[in-house]
Amino acid sequence: MTRIIYIEHDGTEHEVDAAPGINLMEAALSGGVPGIDGDCGGNAACATCHVHVADGWAAKLEPANDAEHAMLEFAEGVTESSRLACQIIASDALEGMMLQLPLAQH
Amino acid sequence: MTTATASARAAAFAMPIEDIDVSNPALWGTNSHWPYFERLRAEDPVHYCKDSLFGAYWSITRYNDIMEVDTNHKVFSSEAHLGGIAIVDQGEALRLPQFIAMDPPKHDEQRKVVSPVVSPANLALWEPLIRERAGKVLDGLPIGEVFDWVDRVSIELTTQMLATLFDFPFEHRRKLTYWSDIATTIPGPGEVVETEEEKLTILMGCLQEFTVIWNERINQPPKADLISMLAHGEATRNMSPEEYLGNLILLIVGGNDTTRNSMTGSVLALNQNPEQYDKLRANHDLINGMVSETIRWQTPLAHMRRTATEDYAIAGKVIRKGDKVVMWYVSGNRDESVIANADTYNIERARPRQHLSFGFGIHRCVGNRLAEMQLRVVWEEILKRFPKIELAGDPTYVSSPFVKGYAALPVIIPARY
Repeated sequence: MTRIIYIEHDGTEHEVDAAPGINLMEAALSGGVPGIDGDCGGNAACATCHVHVADGWAAKLEPANDAEHAMLEFAEGVTESSRLACQIIASDALEGMMLQLPLAQH
Repeated sequence: MTTATASARAAAFAMPIEDIDVSNPALWGTNSHWPYFERLRAEDPVHYCKDSLFGAYWSITRYNDIMEVDTNHKVFSSEAHLGGIAIVDQGEALRLPQFIAMDPPKHDEQRKVVSPVVSPANLALWEPLIRERAGKVLDGLPIGEVFDWVDRVSIELTTQMLATLFDFPFEHRRKLTYWSDIATTIPGPGEVVETEEEKLTILMGCLQEFTVIWNERINQPPKADLISMLAHGEATRNMSPEEYLGNLILLIVGGNDTTRNSMTGSVLALNQNPEQYDKLRANHDLINGMVSETIRWQTPLAHMRRTATEDYAIAGKVIRKGDKVVMWYVSGNRDESVIANADTYNIERARPRQHLSFGFGIHRCVGNRLAEMQLRVVWEEILKRFPKIELAGDPTYVSSPFVKGYAALPVIIPARY
């Protein structure tokens, strides 16, 4: 299990234990984290699981593919730290990673 | 199953499969397209129709195949000059440039200008005004008297919303409904417009009125309405008149027909499934789930169309370069292999937003959260006021394979709280 910390826009923290191999959109939905919608079910096709990866963690992740880049183009408030949670797969290397959530998904 | 649906089903399963043409407007006007899609999903999910009112086309009918096509914008183009985004090819005279019918990079630049208008922060600002206006419309409805829900509520509220988004003169708001109807009409005898020329003349009048508004906004500081954002946005400030009209029509149609028909669909679905209506009445926390389930169940735009830019193999078929490809969202939303009990209207689904009605990929509906908010607010206000909205007759379905909706729905509200 990998411990992931989701931080809502208002600062509320949610700790979720993500099973290895599961994506972090699914982990958030099954962990009852509000603020992650995941409309497309993990296809990088809707950008409703937009998160900001906390400093220092981005380098530990696989880079975004074309589909993820294309969808992030249209998400709200995109920064260099933006990712789609459904494209991040839980693994030991991500133990304790913090993900900041936007005001709402769009 | 009624006798009528049973005979429609028998007909759908009896005919040679190659003769199936799900684009036939008569199927949509009678709400009898369902068994044809059921058969295609089971027997020939990527189906070629060699001849129709709209020419030859491929039908994509299963959820996952639709997702595959929708997210591959390189192979499946939305470009207007290839035919655009609906099964009916865009006519030469009316080939209006709009970002829904563009591929990257131009699509991306223009969409990015419009997208912030419907950002979560802006929606929160608009919600009180939408609630107040919805409340007024509902307070004006007759009690114990049959009326048309489509005209009095669905059209009225979506038109008000659109006028709010554009900051369009409120007293002239029905013009927006009119332009939306004109824009989606295929000209012909007995239609609201009979020729392409007539249609073009009316839409040019629309452009003229909006040009006045544009000029007014460009001379004011930027504010949070769509016209102001277009007039001041870097990627859109130098749009040609055709591009401006194209994007206006896109936003008028996109924000009008769709929400209108989901608003009508919600009343119809809850009446056809009274146990769901009872649950909703007892627990208003179910409104969000009901809204998404209604958008799935209704699928207010039955399809989106693409044009193949190269040969492509899918589900054992080969789509050729230049072929017309129709993604039937209405069918994918009833795909049992992805959505359990897909024909059942269930406001308590675990993942109610997992549906195709907004499309997926770079053309996904930009106003999706706005649409959900409008429907949520309307139902919050309805449930405060009326114990029940009852059907007083059958709906009149629109005979279109694109806009899947209702021309009328007679209802009666027996009492207020």
